[in-house]
Amino acid sequence: MTTPNPAHIEYVTRLGDNALILGQRMSEWCGYAPVLEEDMALANMSLDLIGQARMLLTRVGQLEGKGRDEDQLAFLRTEMLYRNLTLCELPNADFGRTMVRNFLFASFQVLMWERLLASSDTELAAIAAKSIKEARYHAQHAGDWVVRLGDGTSESHERTQAALDYLWPYTAEFFAATPSDEAVAAAGIGPAWSELEAAWEAVVVPVLNEATLTVPARTPFKSYGKFGRHSEHLGHLLSEMQYLQRTYPGAQW
Amino acid sequence: MLTETQAWDVLHAVPDPEIPVISVTELGIVREVLARDGGLHVVVTPTYSGCPATEVISQSIHDALVAAGAGEVSVETRIAPAWTTDWITEPAKEKLRAYGIAPPGGDAPVGPQPIRFVPRKLACPRCGSTDTTRLSQFGSTACKALYRCQSCLEPFEYFKPI
Repeated sequence: MTTPNPAHIEYVTRLGDNALILGQRMSEWCGYAPVLEEDMALANMSLDLIGQARMLLTRVGQLEGKGRDEDQLAFLRTEMLYRNLTLCELPNADFGRTMVRNFLFASFQVLMWERLLASSDTELAAIAAKSIKEARYHAQHAGDWVVRLGDGTSESHERTQAALDYLWPYTAEFFAATPSDEAVAAAGIGPAWSELEAAWEAVVVPVLNEATLTVPARTPFKSYGKFGRHSEHLGHLLSEMQYLQRTYPGAQW
Repeated sequence: MLTETQAWDVLHAVPDPEIPVISVTELGIVREVLARDGGLHVVVTPTYSGCPATEVISQSIHDALVAAGAGEVSVETRIAPAWTTDWITEPAKEKLRAYGIAPPGGDAPVGPQPIRFVPRKLACPRCGSTDTTRLSQFGSTACKALYRCQSCLEPFEYFKPI
């Protein structure tokens, strides 16, 4: 085992936490979605994300070499040790906001996995090859809904625009530089986050235009979830997700 | 003790838990069978990252081989190369169709994909009509979408190409 590279560990942790937290958040729709078909779609996409998180957190465990497995990383870290984007932990709100978030995030994930196919971390490249197929379906699913809702009735348009206005500022965090970016890019592990911004806008903006939505201007607002400074929502999410391991430490099923 | 050939024969009879008309080998998820130290080592690959059937499949492969007298059996999950619907055998695609699931059409998509849905002329597995429409991109499992035939009016599932 080579010496653990903290930048590498942090990078993969961010990827894993994004998938885990959005997967957990989206799973709250199970049994509540507006129609049965979408209930199943959301549950299936949650499963994809949780599956990706399992592979990524297992990789984190291997890299850090402290003997922690996916479950220990998922269930025994407190919120400040989580490195997910703030966008992933925000409440679902209505179906429109859920779809706008999925579209913004899945489009980002597709571009990220595309780059990670060539990662020098062969395990990460393998996870990317598996996950990119799923992310493409997620982006397409949400993209179709964003257009249908945005270019729908005046009520659906208004609510979808409100969702976009609410979520857009959080997307700046996708591309914010982290201190480990340089080391990660230099080692060929993955792209610096800022490298994906232009490509992401090129994908996202035409769909938002087709949906007759107004793309909000960038503001000075910043969120810091990927640095471990989260919104008030993450703690509540974790308290539910981690309940069993906290109450019955070491429980197995 | 089983030879590798005998082990494959056993596995040809292990059904997929979600779609029991096809076997785990026809689905293309058994990648390798190796005779090792008087036992067997089997490599399987999951279909989707979050497929909840993965663990059941590993267990049923293990149990079937042990029951056939394979001795010590280990099952390894390997994710690379990633599973693709191209690995579903041709006879299995026909079995899917007979079961009422439209098999994946054409080869799996490679490279960047359009972000918006592009409808395809999908044939209804019951009446063969291509006048079909998609109801939902995700069906009862992540690997399938839900369609409806406009001719015979029956809903059906479609195994999405990945």
